[in-house]
Amino acid sequence: MGWLYFFFGILSVLAVASAIVTISSRNPVRSAFALIFHFFMLAGLYLTLNAQFVAVIQVLVYAGAIMVLVVFVIMLLNLSNEERLSEKFDVRKAIAITLGIAFIIQIIVAILIPNSFNSNLHQDSAVIGTAQFIGKSLFSNYLVPFEIVGILLISAIIGAIVLAKRKVE
Amino acid sequence: MIEEFYLLLPHILLSISIILWLVVDGLWKNKTLNFWGTFVSLVLTFFSIFISLNYIPVSGQMEFTHLATKGMLSFDGISYYFDLIFISSGIFTIITSRNYQREKYTELNELYSLILIAVFGMLIISHSTNFLTLFLGIETMSLSFYVLAGFFRKSFQSVEAGIKYFLLGAFATGFLVYGIAFIYGATKSLNFSDITVLIQKAEFNIVYLSLGLALVFVGLSFKVAAFPFHQWAPDVYTGAPTTISAFMSTAGKASAIFAMFLIAKNVLFQFSLFDSTKEFYKDTQLILALISAATMLVGNFIALVQRNVKRMLAYSSVAHAGYLLMGIVANNIDGWNAIAFYSLAYFLMQFGAFIILSLSETKDNDFNAIEDFYGLSKKHPFLAGAMSVFMLSLAGIPPFAGFFGKYLLFVSTIKSGFLWLTIIAVISSIISMYYYIGLILAMYFKEFKEGIKPRFGLPFVAVVVCLVLTLAFGIFPQYVIDFTIFLLG
Amino acid sequence: MNTIPLEFYLILSAILFSIGTVGVLTRRNAIVVFMSIELMLNSVNLTFVSFSAFLGDVAGQIFVFFIMAIAAGEATIGLAIVLALFRQKQTVYVDEANSLKW
Repeated sequence: MGWLYFFFGILSVLAVASAIVTISSRNPVRSAFALIFHFFMLAGLYLTLNAQFVAVIQVLVYAGAIMVLVVFVIMLLNLSNEERLSEKFDVRKAIAITLGIAFIIQIIVAILIPNSFNSNLHQDSAVIGTAQFIGKSLFSNYLVPFEIVGILLISAIIGAIVLAKRKVE
Repeated sequence: MIEEFYLLLPHILLSISIILWLVVDGLWKNKTLNFWGTFVSLVLTFFSIFISLNYIPVSGQMEFTHLATKGMLSFDGISYYFDLIFISSGIFTIITSRNYQREKYTELNELYSLILIAVFGMLIISHSTNFLTLFLGIETMSLSFYVLAGFFRKSFQSVEAGIKYFLLGAFATGFLVYGIAFIYGATKSLNFSDITVLIQKAEFNIVYLSLGLALVFVGLSFKVAAFPFHQWAPDVYTGAPTTISAFMSTAGKASAIFAMFLIAKNVLFQFSLFDSTKEFYKDTQLILALISAATMLVGNFIALVQRNVKRMLAYSSVAHAGYLLMGIVANNIDGWNAIAFYSLAYFLMQFGAFIILSLSETKDNDFNAIEDFYGLSKKHPFLAGAMSVFMLSLAGIPPFAGFFGKYLLFVSTIKSGFLWLTIIAVISSIISMYYYIGLILAMYFKEFKEGIKPRFGLPFVAVVVCLVLTLAFGIFPQYVIDFTIFLLG
Repeated sequence: MNTIPLEFYLILSAILFSIGTVGVLTRRNAIVVFMSIELMLNSVNLTFVSFSAFLGDVAGQIFVFFIMAIAAGEATIGLAIVLALFRQKQTVYVDEANSLKW
């Protein structure tokens, strides 16, 4: 099916491009918006994998909650000041980029070794991606992790209050 | 099943008390009540483990599908043993933090809640049988640690420790989950027991599995501060509040080592059983051995030049991560037993040393430099004596607990055929004696320098307990070893 | 039926992961470093979802759900620490936090 390849191609090229803009832009606000765009592209890719629930949650949690927080902090700290953001190219960066490219090549070589996976999506993939199926397993088989994550989020709330509260009594 | 309730008693008690003391804090704002409340809850949790120990199932007896935990948590004896270490280190941190907080900053009840949450995360790590629970346990612990490291937000050093720890810890988390993703792809399962079965049936993708294991070990090396991912540790342990550094460098390190231990025991060990994967297992062992050797050498060599005792202890904790990794390299029953004993011994001696540092810190001056300890024996002979015991134990000199821990580790590595690693470990132990004994010499043979004024009180109890246990487990190590061998089955 | 092979998704996520890693290693702005970490976590999510869809197993998508919860927790704590740093030094550059040296 040609249109699916076309769709995948557009989404992946835009995802990579927006990721590069995120890490290379001098302006943190621009980085943040590129990242939000990136999250939408990933949500589209999840749809090509029949993962509807994850796609929706991706937009709600990442774009709707996390990035709003990031943009809020950037605005609060008033960081969009160009001359304070100029960063120079140096040896450390060259090394980091070389390492990054080596890492990509290594992983791609490993991935391209022939494996026993089907070339098609699993026949159940449309069923397991639904909110119904994920919700059911979340509250049966995965109940314990779900409770643990509740405690984890409490620690995040306490932490944010302790660290960001303006006054200490 | 009612047995499961008893087995989960520590987790249930701890999660109830986390929420209870937060609500009480919101309603009454009474610092004394909260301090004693969290303390008593942890002590109760500690004793509840002895109830749970009576209900440990014989392996294979429990059918996971009938359990409420659905095979997400395991109830092995060794997990409960590590729980005892984690909870007691939480108790010590709480009782030592109160005076320290008042002196350095101001007393905030949130510190006690965060310590409870970190201990809860460690309990989840030690009981996990699934990569999902393992990951969530590590993250629960780490998120609390990020906050605890930066807890004194008016002190720039503490905030700096917090931001460094957060950025590098979150970076390491990325590697950890990427590795877990590949393991999942290779085996179609996140459960250790399922993965074991699949490896036995040879139904897995070796390329993805080895890539995944490598990435998971990179992520966990960050958490235990092993070479070459150790750079954050000295900065974080120096900058963080001292009692918190004690907590992070003992219980935090032990739990990350235990996470490695779980993967080594449940996944890696299977590879050694088959001819087709033996080669792969040998390579993995060699890489881990190299990491272990490099970690102890780097930690000890950099510790040599430190003039700040807190930073010296931080580097020594890096070196001790190297020693603990020897048990992972050995990956046999002796190695596992040695990790269990050494984690306990290391916890007692490192914690004691950090607490003695925290006793003398004041708001304006940390009194952490080695010069501040000159002639301490003349004014405070007991404190100097206790510090000397901890230093000698850390250096691995008999008859203290540290010696037997090292001895067990060395024996286990020799048995698994890594004589060269043992020789390097002995050499680096000898190097480490230089700075440990240097501190003792400074305390006993230098002129007393005015300034250091240790505060005695509740934290002092923790020092005494650590001291007594370091001596007791050094003289009678057999009791602990018998216990851990019994628990390892 | 979808005919895009699994390798395409895995290579895409490997590229995104490496971009995130390079971002963490090269940037000095703590908030941008944090965003690079989010990029890494997202590429992991893509790996999990694609494995999950090709294996027909729900565990991968459940894991993604938990990674998102943890990313949210990390975001709150990380930005709070950045805020604390900013109040101390009026900066968000990691290399200006360098009081601890040997």
